[in-house]
Order: sequence, then C-alpha cells, then structure tokens
Amino acid sequence: MNHAVIPIAVAGASKQRKRQAPKGRRVDPAALEEVQHLLGAEPRRRDLLIEHLHKIQDRFGHLSTAHLAALAQEMRLAQTEVFEVASFYHHFDIVKEGGSPPQALTVRVCDGLSCEMAGARDLLARLPVLLGKEVRVLAAPCIGRCEQAPAVVVGQNPVPQASCESVIARVAAGATRHGPEGHIDLAAYRAAGGYALLAQCTAGARDAESVIKTLEDSGLRGLGGAGFPAGRKWRIVRAETGPRLMAVNIDEGEPGTFKDRVLLERDPHRFLEGMLIAAWAVGIETIYIYLRDEYHGCREMLQAELDKLKADPPQPGLPEIVLRRGAGAYICGEESAMIESIEGKRGMPRLRPPYVAQVGLFGRPTLEHNFETLFWVRELVEKGGTWFASHGRNGRQGLRSFSVSGRVKQPGVKLAPAGITIQQLIDEYCGGMQDGHAFYAYLPGGASGGILPATMSDIPLDFDTLQPYGCFIGSAAVIVLSDRDRAMDAARNMMRFFEHESCGQCTPCRSGTAKASALIEQPRWDVELLADLSTVMRDASICGLGQAAPNPVDCVVKYFPHELSTS
Amino acid sequence: MNAITRNEAERLEAPVVTFQLNGRDVTGRTSETLIAIADREGVEIPRLCYKPGLDSVGNCRSCMVEIAGERVLAPSCCRAPAAGMKVTTDSERARKSQQMVLELLLADMPQTAYTRHNEVDQWAQALQVGKPRFAPRAPVAADLSHPAIAVNLDACIQCTRCLRACRDEQVNDVIGLAFRGEQAKIVFDMDDPMGASTCVACGECVQACPTGALMPAREAALAVPDKQVASVCPYCGVGCQLTYNVKDNKILYVDGRDGPANQGRLCVKGRYGFDYAHHPHRLTKPLIRRADAPKRGEFAMDPDRVMDVFREATWDEALAFAGGRLREIRDRHGKKSLAGFGSAKGSNEEAYLFQKLVRTGFGSNNVDHCTRLCHASSVVALLEGIGSGAVSNPVMDVTQAEVVLLIGANPTVNHPVGATWIKNAVKGGTKLIVCDPRRSDLARVAHRFVQFKPDTDVALLNAMMNVIVTEGLVDEAFIASRTIGYDELRKNVEGYAPEAMAPICGVDAQTIRDVARLFATSKASMILWGMGVSQHVHGTDNARCLIALSLMTGQIGRPGTGLHPLRGQNNVQGASDAGLIPMMYPDYQHVTNPAARQRFESAWQLPAGTLDDQPGLTVVEVMHAIKAGSIRGMYVMGENPAMSDPDANHARDALAALDHLVVQDIFLTETAYLADVVLPASAFPEKTGSFTNTDRLVQMGRQAIAPPGDAKQDLWIIQQIAQRLGLDWQYGHVSEVFDEMRRTMPSIGGITWERLEREHAVTYPCTHEGDPGEPVVFIDDFPREGGRARFVPADIIPANERPDADYPMVLITGRQLEHWHTGSMTRRATVLDAIEPDPVALVHPLDLAAMGARPGDVVTIASRRGEVALYARADESSPRGAVFVPFCYYEAAINKLTNPALDPFAKIPEFKYCAIRVSLGGQAPVQSSYGGGIALEGAPASGS
Repeated sequence: MNHAVIPIAVAGASKQRKRQAPKGRRVDPAALEEVQHLLGAEPRRRDLLIEHLHKIQDRFGHLSTAHLAALAQEMRLAQTEVFEVASFYHHFDIVKEGGSPPQALTVRVCDGLSCEMAGARDLLARLPVLLGKEVRVLAAPCIGRCEQAPAVVVGQNPVPQASCESVIARVAAGATRHGPEGHIDLAAYRAAGGYALLAQCTAGARDAESVIKTLEDSGLRGLGGAGFPAGRKWRIVRAETGPRLMAVNIDEGEPGTFKDRVLLERDPHRFLEGMLIAAWAVGIETIYIYLRDEYHGCREMLQAELDKLKADPPQPGLPEIVLRRGAGAYICGEESAMIESIEGKRGMPRLRPPYVAQVGLFGRPTLEHNFETLFWVRELVEKGGTWFASHGRNGRQGLRSFSVSGRVKQPGVKLAPAGITIQQLIDEYCGGMQDGHAFYAYLPGGASGGILPATMSDIPLDFDTLQPYGCFIGSAAVIVLSDRDRAMDAARNMMRFFEHESCGQCTPCRSGTAKASALIEQPRWDVELLADLSTVMRDASICGLGQAAPNPVDCVVKYFPHELSTS
Repeated sequence: MNAITRNEAERLEAPVVTFQLNGRDVTGRTSETLIAIADREGVEIPRLCYKPGLDSVGNCRSCMVEIAGERVLAPSCCRAPAAGMKVTTDSERARKSQQMVLELLLADMPQTAYTRHNEVDQWAQALQVGKPRFAPRAPVAADLSHPAIAVNLDACIQCTRCLRACRDEQVNDVIGLAFRGEQAKIVFDMDDPMGASTCVACGECVQACPTGALMPAREAALAVPDKQVASVCPYCGVGCQLTYNVKDNKILYVDGRDGPANQGRLCVKGRYGFDYAHHPHRLTKPLIRRADAPKRGEFAMDPDRVMDVFREATWDEALAFAGGRLREIRDRHGKKSLAGFGSAKGSNEEAYLFQKLVRTGFGSNNVDHCTRLCHASSVVALLEGIGSGAVSNPVMDVTQAEVVLLIGANPTVNHPVGATWIKNAVKGGTKLIVCDPRRSDLARVAHRFVQFKPDTDVALLNAMMNVIVTEGLVDEAFIASRTIGYDELRKNVEGYAPEAMAPICGVDAQTIRDVARLFATSKASMILWGMGVSQHVHGTDNARCLIALSLMTGQIGRPGTGLHPLRGQNNVQGASDAGLIPMMYPDYQHVTNPAARQRFESAWQLPAGTLDDQPGLTVVEVMHAIKAGSIRGMYVMGENPAMSDPDANHARDALAALDHLVVQDIFLTETAYLADVVLPASAFPEKTGSFTNTDRLVQMGRQAIAPPGDAKQDLWIIQQIAQRLGLDWQYGHVSEVFDEMRRTMPSIGGITWERLEREHAVTYPCTHEGDPGEPVVFIDDFPREGGRARFVPADIIPANERPDADYPMVLITGRQLEHWHTGSMTRRATVLDAIEPDPVALVHPLDLAAMGARPGDVVTIASRRGEVALYARADESSPRGAVFVPFCYYEAAINKLTNPALDPFAKIPEFKYCAIRVSLGGQAPVQSSYGGGIALEGAPASGS
C-alpha cells in the first residue's frame, strides 16, 4: 500500500448512540409539531416539497436539519430526498446540528455583469463592514434588475442604483419587503376590454384552428431564448393524448434579462389572458406558473391577481392555475429543469428525447412557454398575424423587447423592430452611450449569447442572424460595454456565473465550467486547451447551459485577440 | 412513460429497426439503447455512469456518439435507435469528446488507488488519454466512519451509480446527490458521516462504484484474490448467489452474483458477514466433557475458556464416545429414547442424511429442526388447504403483481434482498398493503399501512373476507371449479363484519373494507407473510385465513398472484423437503402412510416394518420428553435450542438433564456448552452442497476454503456417527447423496447434480430431466385430492398469555438486520458485530418516558418464566405497550422469557406474544469474549 493506515470508525455512531435509537437521525417531536403546524392542511405531495421548504425558510430564517427530518417524515420522503433538493437551491440556508443560523437579514448584492460594471464589487467590499455582524451580505447572481445597476436586495426589497447609503437606510428602516407597485389590475384590465378575446374564444366566436393559424402567420417565436415557433408548438401539444399540462416560465435568469419582470409589473392580465387563450386552444387541464424567487413583489401581486381572477372569473371552467416559486437557480429557466423543479426536485435538466411536448410535467404532454410569448398572444390575435410580421428592420420581421443595460444613457426594456442593429438600438432607443464612454463591445444575448466588438455593430439582431458569428440573441438581453471595460473581464464574470449555476449533472458542464473558470482567471489564457474544452462542452453537455457556456470565452479569443496579447 | 406504470411499460414489445452503426447495418429494438446494441455488435464505447441493471441517466458523457443530422453528440446509453439512423461511435468528433470527458475526470482523480478496477483509468488508457492538462479540484476529505465501507469522495465522478444502486435498486434511500455545480456531492442522509446515517450497509453502492470512491473498509478488496468461488449466501431464505474472493484460504471479500433470486444484489449479512468462519473461537478439535464439569441449565459461559469444561480428544475417541453412547441408550432404553435436531442451515444432503440416520439408526421419527419454530404452522395449513407446503410463486413475482399484501413480515430486516423486489414493484406501480402491529420500514412506501393490534390476525382477515363475501367480490368460477368447503367458510365469516372487528383489531372498518376491495378486485394480488403470522398458538388458523383469502378471490395460480410464506433460514425449505421433520419422510410423504413407509424401506434397503410408523416428537415436545425421562440421548447438528427454544431456562435444564448429548457445530454454542461431546464441524464456505431457497430454487453452495484445524465437513461426521450406530454408509461424494435424494423425491427427480453444477440453480417441481422447473404452480390444479383446494374456516383464539396487572406489556421477539438466529455466527462477524454490538429492546419512546427511562438506559424485562436486562432503544416502530427484542444476544437471552405454549396443529410456540413487565434499571448485560463490537476493535487496522 502506498498510503497511510486507515483508522477505524472515526465519526460513526458510538455504542451508546446505538443503544439509544435506530440508525440515523431521529425526528425531533418538537420540530415535527412545528412543521405540521406550518403545513397545516396543505397536501404533503412530493411536488410541493420546494413550496414547503419555503414555508420553513420564511418562518425560521433557515432550514434546520431537525425541521428537514420532520418534513421528510411528514411527506413520507427519505431524509436525503429532502436534503438534496434543499441544498440545490441558493435561497435555502441549511443549518446542521451544532451549526449557527444565518443572520436574520440578508442583503444580496447583484454581481451580474451590468451591476459589476456599475460598482457591485465596491458595494460587496464595503457593505459587510458598514452593516456589521447582524446583517449577512451575499453576492448574488443576476437578479434581473440590470437597468437599475447596481442593484441590491435588502431582505426581499430591491434597491435600484444602490449606494452604501441607500442600502444602509433601507436596513435601518427595516424596509425589507417589496409591495406591488402600480399595475393594471383585474378591474382596470377588464374595463379596457380585457378578457373579451378569451370570451370570444370560449364562446365559439373563434375556433382554435384559426387562432393557431394567426399565431403561425405572425411568425411569433418563443421569446425565452430558444425561438421555437409558438403556433407550431401549440399544434404539436394539441395533437398529444390528454390530459395535457402547461408550464409558464417566468424564471427569467439570463444575466442582462429583465423584460418579463417589467412587462409583468405593468400588465399582468395581458399575460394571463394570453395564457388562458393558449390553454383553451391546446386543451390544457392545469397551468403551472414558475416565477423566479427574486421577483418577490411580482409574486405577491400576481398571486393577488390570480386570486381575484379565481374569485371572479371571466367565464366558468377556467383551467386550474398554480403559481410556483423558484428558489434561486438559474438552471431552472431551462425548460426541463423547470419541470423538475415544479415536481419538487433538484432542477436538473432532463435528457431529450423524449421532448417536453410529449413527456413533460408529471409525465404528461406539456405546453411550455416563456412569459413574453404569451404576453403577445392577445394583441396578435386581435390585430391579426400580419400585423406583427409587418414590423421589422434590415429584412427581419416582428417586434422584440430588448433588455438593454450597461454603458448606455437610458437602459431599460426597449420594444424595437426585430433585426435592428446594436448601433441603431443604442442611438435610437437608449439615448446613446453614457457620457465619457465610447462603444467598445456588446453582448447580444445575455451571458450565453457571446460577445461582439463594436466594429461588428451592423448585424441585424434577431433569431438566426447571429449564429454565423458564434453568437445568438436568446432572450434579447443586450449588455453594452465601453472603452473602460474589457471583454476578458466580461468573459470571466460570465464563466464564474456559469460555474456557480451549473447544476452539476454532466461532466462537461460541471467540471468544464470550473476548469474553464480557473483557466481564464489566469492572466495568460491557454487558448488551445480552452478550445478543446469548449468543443466538449458544446458537443457533450446535456443542456444549453453547458453548451453555450464557452461562447463568451470563444468570442474573446476570436474577436478580442488584442486583449489576450496585451494581458 | 405517459400514463402507464413502469411495470406495464417494461412488458411492452418494442419494434425492431435497422440503422447504421459505424457504417454497418445493424438491427435493434427501439426500447434498447445504442450502447447495448453496440455491445452486442462488438463495438466498444467508453462508459462510466452506465451500468446494466441500473437506469441510464447519461450524466458522465463519456459514451457520446455522433448521429448524422443532429446538432450535438448523443449519449449512446440514453438513445434508442430509429430506422435509418446513422450512428458513429469512433469519428474524430465523437472520440475527441469521449477523450476530453475522461481527461476532465482524470484530472480530479487522486493518486491513491482505491480499487483494482478504476474504470476512469481503464477507459483513459483504452482511449490513450495522456496526463491531464487541467489542475485538479480542491482536496476532498475521506469519511471512514462506517465499519464496512470507506468513503473517498476524492475519487468520486458524480456518476450516481451508487445513488441509483441505493435508491432505485435496493431502495434504501440513503444516498443522495446534494448541492450543485462543482460542489455537487454524494451524501448520506443529510450529508452525514456514513457511519451515523441510516445506511444499512447492503454494499450495493460499493459494488456499483466505478472508481473506488466507495470501497470496502480496511482496503479489503485491494488484495488480489487467488480464486473466486461461485456460491450462495449462508443466511436467509432469499438465496442470493454470491462470489467468494479467496486468498490463502481466507475470504477477502464477497460480491453479489447474478442469481435468479438476487440478480447481483446482497444485503449486509451476505456481503460483510463472512469472516465468522475465520474467528479464533472456531472449534478445531473434538471435545469431551471433563468429569469435573457437571452440567447445569443455569450458566454463563465464555467460549474463550472452553477448557474449563472440556478436554480435547482425537476424532476416534470422540466418535467412539459420541456414537457408542447413543447406541447404548438406544439398545438399553429403546428406539424412542433418542432424538436428533438437524439444521436448516445445513445443506439438503446433510438434512437428508441426518433424518435418515435418525430414522434408520436411532429407529424413530424423533427428528426435527427449527422449521418448527418458524413456519411449521404455515406448512400445516398449506398442506391441508392446497396440498403443498411450499410457495406458489417466487418473491420476484411481486413485480408482476398489482397488489401485494404483506402481513406479519419485516422483509427489509429478515429478507432484505427480497424486500428490494417489493420496493422495486412499488416504484413500478404495484400497490403494497402492509398489515403489521409493528411499523416496519416498508410502511413508508406502502399504499396502505394497516397497524392492527397484536394477536388479532384472524379477526382482521375474517373481516376482510366478510367484506369480500358480502360485497360480492368473490371469484365464483374459481371457487366452483377449483375448491371445496366454501359454504362453510362463507357462513363462518358472516359473523365478522368489519364494524364488529374494528375495535378488536384497532383498525377502522373503512380501512378494512378498502384493503379487502383492493385485494379482491386487482388483476393479480400476492400475499407474503412471515413469522408474525406463524408464531402464534393460532398460527395455523392465521395461515388458513390467508389461504382462504387467496382462494375465494381466485388470487393464485398465475404469475404475480399467489401465496408466499417467506422462509427464514437459507435452507429451511430444503431441510423440510428432505424430511427433517418428525411426521414426514422426504417430499412430505407422511410416516403414517404405509405405502410411503414401504417406499422408503425399499429405497433404503431395510427389512419391511423397520421404519417407525408413528410421527416423532417436535422440538418443544422433545424438551418436555427429556424432563419426563423418555428421551435420554440427543444428537444436535448445528442447532442451538438453548438459545432458540421458548422458555430457554426450561430448555437448558432439559438439555442438561440428558444422559448423553452430542453437538456438532462450528462454535461452542450455548447448546454445545451442555454437551458431552462436541464435534468440530464445517462452516458454510467450507463445504459443497445444495440449498433450497424460499422460491423452491435448488442452488449450489460450493466450498471456498478448507475447514480449520481438525474440523470436519458435516457430511463426513454424520456418516461416522451412522457407522458407530451400525449403519454401513459409504457415501463418497456429496453428489451421491443428492442422487439418492432425487430418486426418493419426485419433486426434484429431474434435477441432476451435473445440471446444478452447470446452471447453479434449478426450480422444482422438476420431475424429469430436461424439465425447466416451475416457478409458478397450481396453474391448473392443486396437489390435493381431486385437484381441489380446501377452505378451512378459523375463529378467534386469544393468545395463550394475555397481559394482566402483574405483567402489563407484550413481548414480541424476532430478528435484527445484522444478526442471524442465535447470533453465534453474526456476532463473530467483524462488521455485523460492529454495527449492532449490544442487546437492545425496542420500546416506544412514550412507553420509555412513562417508566422514567431515557433512551439507552438499562431496563429489566421479566415474564413468568425469566428475566433479562438490556438496553432500551427508543423506537417508534413498536406499538405502545409492546416491546420487541431480538433473540440473538446471549448476554440477554430473551427466550428465557418466551411462552412455550404451542399451536395445537403445528406445535409451533408463541414467540410473538407473551406478557411481560418492564422496569427501569438492572445489571447491565455482561459480554464475554465476543459481541459488543470487540471483533472490529481487535481487528488489524489495515492490510498494509
């Protein structure tokens, strides 16, 4: 043997422990009672595991192993089944026996690229000292408030354009919740003609076939990033044997993306009506809406509006609508990972085939849509398929909601024609570059869509147009870099993000993002090794996260060689 | 996948398609994976997370292949072929991906080798992956907290084979994949040290691990064995096949082998409970009792101090003394003055020769073994009702059942690998109904858990039958064509309305109705039961009710439906088949049947009228007969009645009162301690023989190591005793005994020794050579008069001893996962002893609190017959008012308390119910030279 003698039975159960109780952690009766009280009459179904974990986390500020063991018993799950789920999501704080619970208040500082460029590092360095031991300060992956960079969340309350002073003021005031802001509520939406289209549909004034045809004519594609034609998706799922389910993705997590939140905050019922029309056209039994946990204000507002809708439905026979809460995991924006998460599991993408449309949520055919795709349905159907297609520039068709952030003067959600170039977008929609900043580079599609130099500013931004350059538009999250930024640093920020957010399931992504991150943190990059790594990640990762993770790095090598040689 | 259960999906026949594999046309089913087809076609694809028998998950990505027209590569372990598909496994693109995956994993592998077969290394070599170019991950600490398994996660590749082995295969649900990204980690429970987790040490994870990240503790598997011997497990009736890995006449470690009953699976006993054979307490010389060591029923013994009581003798002297004295007693006091106990742990051949010795050498039918203490009542009821004492279907049939009714059995403890099939069935959609006064582990996965009051089996089952009758759920056609006696049964159950029985059973009427309907109306319902049913004074009645339940609903005679009494010991089925019971010759031919007698007299070449025509005495009856003076001499082979008989003080007094006791065993057991002669015998891996499991599967156990010192194989010893009794036996090889057996036993008549050697296992009935054997029986008729089964009604008979003011609680005895029978083997097995070192009583936490005790305190348990002190373990599986105690602990021999009251039909004692008093305090149990975990404490720390 070439290694040390193995000592015997170190941290195992002692003889006395074995005399006391059967193997493993026992359920503490007090903890069980607390969990039972907290869950009340709620069902103990497996798919509610994450919801129940939230209840415990919200009530106690953390998840003690005593509570987890009690929850496991209550739900007839093995302890490890509860633990592996709880430990997957960033927003659960597990505290083991003898461990100390986190501080009562957590301040999350977004360290996404836009926020980093706007000073997040400085906040992360200074806030812990200023706020003291009573407050926990964490770096958080993109929280979807890039137009407000740098963004910070105090408890559940977002602080736009945060400064140390504004954060300290919120903490001091105990302002930790985010109330719904002005939005078009059910009454207002109805007063303005809302839900009339849905009524026409269900009353038979319109038939499903014509609605689907309109969608197809419009050329509307999935706006979560993958761009699958929406009408075709409806047709495919509709042809599957029922019961069929629907899953709506509002787990908007791609760094740089915030359009869904902005639209939801403004007009929730436009989305809900689109969703109900889709459900009607496809024949959906139950709809699950998965909302990222970071959007606390939206959740409260949306739940309230859903309650109103349920109490006063536009017509009888609406499908059941279930709102589910994410728990801090970018990967759950991937359609099959989201389905796993809705089922109460770790958000690990599934292998395909089978496709979600055939075998999706709970093994049923599932229509899965991004929020924005459904948001457009009402207007498209009302105005006709050609209306949407009549927009567009540079030979492209349709409208896009660009989330623009970074070094532009007026960041925000910009509804612009598909096919607009970055230069046009900056100049016509964003008031130009910030003073003192010169346009240097841009990310056309969030963290995974690649990085292009300012010299390539004339490419139409749309599905399919960026592929030749090793990039894609994805969710249309555009981050603009200036001469004060470096593409290498952006790539490092992105790869750190992917490493942090990889679910860990497959080798190329789990190990690949970690190895890539370590390699590019070096001042000099091993370009040959990075290329090999990039190939295996693209070719062999299970899902889009690992497949797209090398994009920023590859783009730096391809388009920013001057940075590599000068570093 | 959609809306059909997994069990159903597996039975679908998928279409065959033709596609291209590396440019060649091949065919495969669309239910197959590309990698499986490639394997068949001789095309090698690397793989790590893929392991046949486990679900494919496709996470390692080392098996990526190129499929023409697809954007990215595909995992060949998770993709099915489609017609015309073009698959390339060795293109530059595919190879590069395979190599890079291996390079990434290799970069994180530790320098230390934890296994001789690291699959990452093997594939990296095969694909010529050189020194990895990546920096390794941060160091990962080892977890050496478990006595059996070392956890070295620095070698972990997160392939989750261990997780699937633990969760999907064994369904012990201990291993999880926690955290995420590069922190993703294999955890036990909630990232606890393995030794402090709920791990039951089945070792399936170790067997599944490709890198040695989970490895046998103390480097047990790093040594290179010089031989591997295919054999079978020596413990329970499931009959798992295993491989002994042997070096220098020592078993290094054990692997699961692909047998019909286990398909490679093992439990903690089978995998880690083998080194008792190497224990220093092994008897290696014949022993004769010293003249100055009188026998007394009350004793405390220390096997380290054998010489206080015995002296060593030569085999000649010992055999002459042992056999000579038996002969003397027979000749002086008559044929019925001797009795013999054989063992359900021995081989079929040993059981056969032993009963033949008693019947022809002693001259009576006074031969029995521990089946009397296990399933005697089930066998009586089965023989009476359906004409056969064995199971109708194998355990594995649960995966084809729609409903499984499990009553009075705790298979996760007593038949662990059998339990895995039940859990697999549940995962696949089978509905499990668990009926038990104790909340066993399976209750968690059960569709319904019916926790009825101890002793109320007949009330519960009659109430279920009442529902089935009154709601018209009976199978009229089956009853009419295949049974007799239904009217009597129907009238009898009329008085058992669920509403009337609910308060008696402690189960609400609606639940009784629900489970009765579920059982009766399913396409296939299977009943499995254990000693919770059989070990009662109404054990036979309990089994009669189960049989009636099955018959009235027609739930028997097809795959996935029938009756399965889970047999306890590895060869209790075979020993009973071989005639090691006082009322039957081999193959259940009754001794009172003149024709049967004649057949055996002729087969054994005896003069007509030689064989005793009266049934002999049963185990407990023998003890009474000794006290009464009618039995004076005994030969006990591998049994330990001083520990296993009810009212053990009485049994010990009886054994001490014998004129002559010959004990043949591998250790100085409590029974051997009272012997006049002790003959050192062979442990299971030291001999070859056939063994019959609970499924009626005759399997081959093969010799792996030589017996120590002068210890001899049992078959040789039996023959030597026979010769001393005047029998001229000259069996050369064990196969000669088997050949004689099959000539006298029609049910195994078709099984040849050569076939057993070749196939390792054959199911009986197998009546002629070439007969494949019948796993499912009673398809067309029952082996009874007229081919019809018989209903036998039963009424409520209360337990013999009910709780009262003096003894207000109830004692239930049984076994523990880690310990076997009376503990003589397992408490000397290093790992098993380390996992369960001390005697414990399982008491409900609230009962403990009520007596002012804390968990782990010493309590004294007393019945009218005796008392013991042991540790009180708080365990919610025990109902309030009932205490469960395993009978394997010599320092707290619980059978001193149990009630020897017998079932009138089967003569099985009521181990599952007697009145006790539990009080806080007492003398902490004192351990001698084994038990208490000392086997591991004293073991060498490392092989280095």
